[in-house]
Amino acid sequence: MKAGSKLKSAVDDTEVMVIKAPAGGTVSCGGAPMGDDKPAKKAEIDPAHADGTKMGKRYTDAAGTIELLCIKPGKGSLALDGVALLLKDAKPLPSSD
Amino acid sequence: MDISLLLKMAADAEPDRVALTCDGRHWTYGELWNAATGAAAAIADSGATHVALLDTGSEAAPIALFGAALAGVPYCPLNYRLADADLGALTARIAPAYIVGDTARVAKLAADAGHTALDRAAFVAAAEAAADPEREANEGAEDNGGIAVQLFTSGTTAAPKAAILAHANLVSYILGTVEFGAADADEAALVSVPPYHIAGIAALLSSIYAMRRIVLLPAFSPEDWIALCTSEACTNAFVVPTMLSRVVETLDAEAAAGLSRLRAIAYGGGRMPTELIARALDLFPDTGFTNAYGLTETSSTVALLGPQEHRDAQVSADPAVKARLGSVGKPLPTIELEIRNEDGRVCAAGTPGEIYVRGDQVSGQYRERSALDADGWFPTRDAGYLDAEGYLFLSGRADDVIVRGGENISPGEIEDVLVAHPGISDVAAVGVPSAEWGEVVAVAIACTPDAPDDDAIRALVRERLRSSRVPERIVRVDALPYNEMGKLLRREVRLLFERPA
Repeated sequence: MKAGSKLKSAVDDTEVMVIKAPAGGTVSCGGAPMGDDKPAKKAEIDPAHADGTKMGKRYTDAAGTIELLCIKPGKGSLALDGVALLLKDAKPLPSSD
Repeated sequence: MDISLLLKMAADAEPDRVALTCDGRHWTYGELWNAATGAAAAIADSGATHVALLDTGSEAAPIALFGAALAGVPYCPLNYRLADADLGALTARIAPAYIVGDTARVAKLAADAGHTALDRAAFVAAAEAAADPEREANEGAEDNGGIAVQLFTSGTTAAPKAAILAHANLVSYILGTVEFGAADADEAALVSVPPYHIAGIAALLSSIYAMRRIVLLPAFSPEDWIALCTSEACTNAFVVPTMLSRVVETLDAEAAAGLSRLRAIAYGGGRMPTELIARALDLFPDTGFTNAYGLTETSSTVALLGPQEHRDAQVSADPAVKARLGSVGKPLPTIELEIRNEDGRVCAAGTPGEIYVRGDQVSGQYRERSALDADGWFPTRDAGYLDAEGYLFLSGRADDVIVRGGENISPGEIEDVLVAHPGISDVAAVGVPSAEWGEVVAVAIACTPDAPDDDAIRALVRERLRSSRVPERIVRVDALPYNEMGKLLRREVRLLFERPA
């Protein structure tokens, strides 16, 4: 996994762009590992990982080792090695362009 | 990471929402995306190594920008105001290019260079015809070094440099400064800066990612700006200081009422006179003003002074807070900024030096070389200082500093004193060679009928500053030379003093 690559969910339509790649570990969505391609058959979503993602939001862990940009939202929530990622708080800036 | 993703996300989220209005025609995010995919196919078929735009702003600009990204070649908008010889030299440096716009000029300047030239209508028609709606945004952008945009600098001292911005620079800038889809459905941004300027490119990327409708004004005049702002109910606008000055001069009470929807005006690209911004704040009491400081090489804005800071400065009795009306604000959270002296040491607050910046959005790369130091810092060649609370003040280009007998003099401090005189409408201070001092101060002034005489001008500077700042030479002109972005052309001011006194 490297910055700029896309990850797809195995349980729903979720897709993320890797903004900052972690040193290692498994990124999952809805409890199932994400991959470069969608599986032929969707896996079952884990109800414990079903808080959903929002389009255009960024997700990170507490230590800031990973950052993912949601480019297609879905019902599954994102996790790194089973630990749920957090919505990254963006301090709004006034438009300067 | 690739800038094509920014448009793709908007097109996926709300394909039927209007993205752009130009010459009365609306373009949705879906239509722009489809056209960009078709443009990519046409560009790839042509075998071009660059995509150039030789045209005023229109829907062709975003279609070419994102089409070039999808095709994996740099987008290189050109300044159509350049003289033939200069423009011909630039097109030779990007051959063979896919050039959109003035085909007659391409035929005249570079008929044999292997370019593919299409006028705006033909390009847009070809792009729409070849659209591939199923296409995804690019994933990697490693081809061609990942260059999204190449912009030729204005080349004040030598041949124009080709500044390059990688996809990673521009995507970092947008993700760091714009919240996806944050614009309300009624928001519309009036864009009147030319497409070959970094502000013109940043305007497209920022507004598309925020999903704020872009209203294009291809050729600026204050009357057209006010009329379009009113008829399209624009809520946001970006202007350079000269544009704001001309709008303010043209505005009467009726026209001002028509601009009541304008919630935000951002400005940058040149020195904003304090009197002008103070007057604009009075004229638009409900509008938020943002001053943006940035360069081509930094993917646009690196520091900004926000709306509340403007209003606080406007009413404050504290001289330090009041002075911030002349500041460009604080660095973005994603940017590191330092002021360094000639020895490369970091300056204390209040001490002027050269502005250095570092961050993912900072390219600092030219085709020919990198301007970054070993630690990734970019020397902006702008001079300035930070105040005690970290607000950045600009004092001109580092190259413009006047060195008189070893003393560094910022032209801005002299200009600020003189322009405050009611008899002086505009002023530029430059250094001219002196056998005794190395350089001395010379000023060119544009006067009103109540202009002070030379002795009064010298007395004013002596009284307010100190004797080293007193201009040795003074010339009077009808108007000072500016480029179309409102930047003072100091090299032309210096020419005024080449004749002996």
